[in-house]
Amino acid sequence: MAELLKKGQMKPGAVAEAGSMARLNTGTWRTYCPVSDLEKCNHCMICWLMCPESAVQVEDGKKVGTNLQYCKGCGICATECPVDAIEMKLESEMSEDEKKG
Amino acid sequence: MATTSLKQLCEMPDLLSGGHAACPGCAGPVAIRQILLAAQQDDTYVVASISTGCMEVSTTVYPNSAWRIPLFHSAFENSAATISGAETAYRSLKKQGKIDKKIAFIAFGGDGGTYDIGLQSLSGALERGHNFTYVCYDNEAYMNTGIQRSGSTPKGAFTTTAPAGKVEPGKRQRKKNLTAIVAAHDIPYVAQASPHRARDLMNKVQKAVATEGACFINVLSPCPRGWRYAPDQTFQIAKLAADTCVWPLYEIEDGKLTINYKPREKKPMLDWLKSQGRFRHLFTPQNEHLVEEIQQDVDREWQRLLTLEAMGKETAQ
Ligand code: SF4
Ligand code: SF4
Repeated sequence: MAELLKKGQMKPGAVAEAGSMARLNTGTWRTYCPVSDLEKCNHCMICWLMCPESAVQVEDGKKVGTNLQYCKGCGICATECPVDAIEMKLESEMSEDEKKG
Repeated sequence: MATTSLKQLCEMPDLLSGGHAACPGCAGPVAIRQILLAAQQDDTYVVASISTGCMEVSTTVYPNSAWRIPLFHSAFENSAATISGAETAYRSLKKQGKIDKKIAFIAFGGDGGTYDIGLQSLSGALERGHNFTYVCYDNEAYMNTGIQRSGSTPKGAFTTTAPAGKVEPGKRQRKKNLTAIVAAHDIPYVAQASPHRARDLMNKVQKAVATEGACFINVLSPCPRGWRYAPDQTFQIAKLAADTCVWPLYEIEDGKLTINYKPREKKPMLDWLKSQGRFRHLFTPQNEHLVEEIQQDVDREWQRLLTLEAMGKETAQ
């Protein structure tokens, strides 16, 4: 195999840097944007556990927001939240301020 | 695990990053995150392999990887063979005193890579008894190439290669009972799980990782694109699968079967079939008999599991 590699007849496998997809921005996929009412939130962490994009931001055991670089707007967090603290809003109709929720 | 609260889990490193390319609402990344969270506990490192499939193409888009662990992808059919090699190398290095870390070996595959293409490499690895856990994330068709039928696609479901129309009623054949096939290898631990019951899934992962020998967990992975439902419904659909008994949650430890979830009221298959567009064509007079057949198949499997569970209890007494 080393011979073949040298002759350029066989290409070695590709090695990717671990976790490097974290650089990418999948937030552009979003149509609806989750807006969390952090007053209503009881920090049960269900949305954190159920978000496919690891987009729910947590600090010291408390939900602090949504990472819009990753969030694709699937709405799972809003559907699974036991206290209805998350609302999905049509992003094109939202102000920049609103998106911070 | 039982003592780990969700708040404690949040503090642990997330071993699957965001930025991956799975479809919005896909259950696959959720299942993988839960599995890696459970497996990495107690100073155990995770090394994994993955077969070609939805999760492989979406989390390892060249030249990037969303995995924060060593992950091998070689081909569609050999996730289990790849992990066999890694696990054997680890055992040798350990014997030579060249490595002392505790490593959990996990092989991932979709239903295409597990029920069909990788079945013989899986069977071989189970029979040889490598110390690893195989996880199948089952989305019931070849989804990443555009919804083609697999051995896991259930009877009556529409796929592009089992179309529904005037003549064809979707897939004509039953879903292969892979968990039962794997259990027939008589390995120490076999389970079915679902990410909507995260605690149950994570307990099963921890049991599998702690068990010496080959273990297998079949995880239901609802797919909004292929099953035709709104992406926010993923875990509601998963819950319905458990409540209709179309996807029973159970485990088999050294041959003893335990059902981990028994719905208080077993919901009719109609609820399941009506929740997803892939079954939409079944509600015509012409296909009515199929709905009945599907209900009978589910009832029969549920009864089989109840019987096996009761038998296990009797022999224990
Ligand atoms: S909308 Fe979906 S992707 Fe966005 S935070 Fe909620 S669960 Fe995550
Ligand atoms: S699911 Fe709802 S209550 Fe729980 S942490 Fe998320 S927003 Fe807060």
